[in-house]
Amino acid sequence: MIAFAFYLFAGVAVASGLMVVLSRNPVHSVLWLILAFFSSAGLFILMGAEFVAMLLVIVYVGAVAVLFLFVVMMLDVDFAELREGFARYLPLGLLIGLVLIVELGLVFGTWVFADNAPELRAAVAPAPTDVENTVALGQLIYTQYVYLFQAAGLILFVAMVGAIVLTLRHRTDIKRQDILDQIYRDPATAIEMKDIKPGQGL
Amino acid sequence: MIGLEHYLTVAAILFVTGIFGIFLNRKNVIVILMSIELMLLAVNINFVAFSTHLGDLVGQVFTLFVLTVAAAEAAIGLAILVCFFRNSSTIAVDKINVMKG
Repeated sequence: MIAFAFYLFAGVAVASGLMVVLSRNPVHSVLWLILAFFSSAGLFILMGAEFVAMLLVIVYVGAVAVLFLFVVMMLDVDFAELREGFARYLPLGLLIGLVLIVELGLVFGTWVFADNAPELRAAVAPAPTDVENTVALGQLIYTQYVYLFQAAGLILFVAMVGAIVLTLRHRTDIKRQDILDQIYRDPATAIEMKDIKPGQGL
Repeated sequence: MIGLEHYLTVAAILFVTGIFGIFLNRKNVIVILMSIELMLLAVNINFVAFSTHLGDLVGQVFTLFVLTVAAAEAAIGLAILVCFFRNSSTIAVDKINVMKG
């Protein structure tokens, strides 16, 4: 059962990763990316890391992928023009991918755990039956890694400020409401009295 | 039985797919950013696989920070992209030669 679930999630993740890269329409790419994130979250759950899996679904699918979707749909780009040269770069990309896969395979072939690897663990995970994954991670992050946690918050804050500064612009060619100007209007300047004689128009 | 090697293989394939995507879509910044996200996802899978295999929680803590940095990078990258699109009404990477770098 676990093997079936693994092969299902892994197959979907790899296939949708390929479709992200190969699909013609960037909107489809984003949707395939969302599928890849979902199936990776499934893989994380199979490994027993529920917290990271939920984080992946909430942060990546809920925020990052939707951000991508917004930008793709907002920009009026001719995506067909951007795809020219696709076939030209295909052999080079395949070659580099092949070289990388062979290198990773060589690493897999010769790699073993160090003899004292179990003693080198910095934070031994408690048994999942005693303490759940989320609770254990929380106990670790809010004690031992609290400064790094704060630094992560700072990074997000700086990213937010940077994104706002980059995209905010004050347009001068449109009309805006000036509320103070409206409040300070008084009848003396707003109303003009005219004495119209009978039988005459303005 | 599904072991560590299976997860590492999936992560390796996803990582190579990301690199392949960067080479394939040389002009489209949006797809390049998505490929980078795929590569970061592969790295996260590696971290979590080793973390749960060895029973060391630090790997999952580090995954959290990788996620943070990836989210910040996506936000800043897309903001730069929107800014660039406003100025030049294209997102083709090979047209970005304003600084003659």
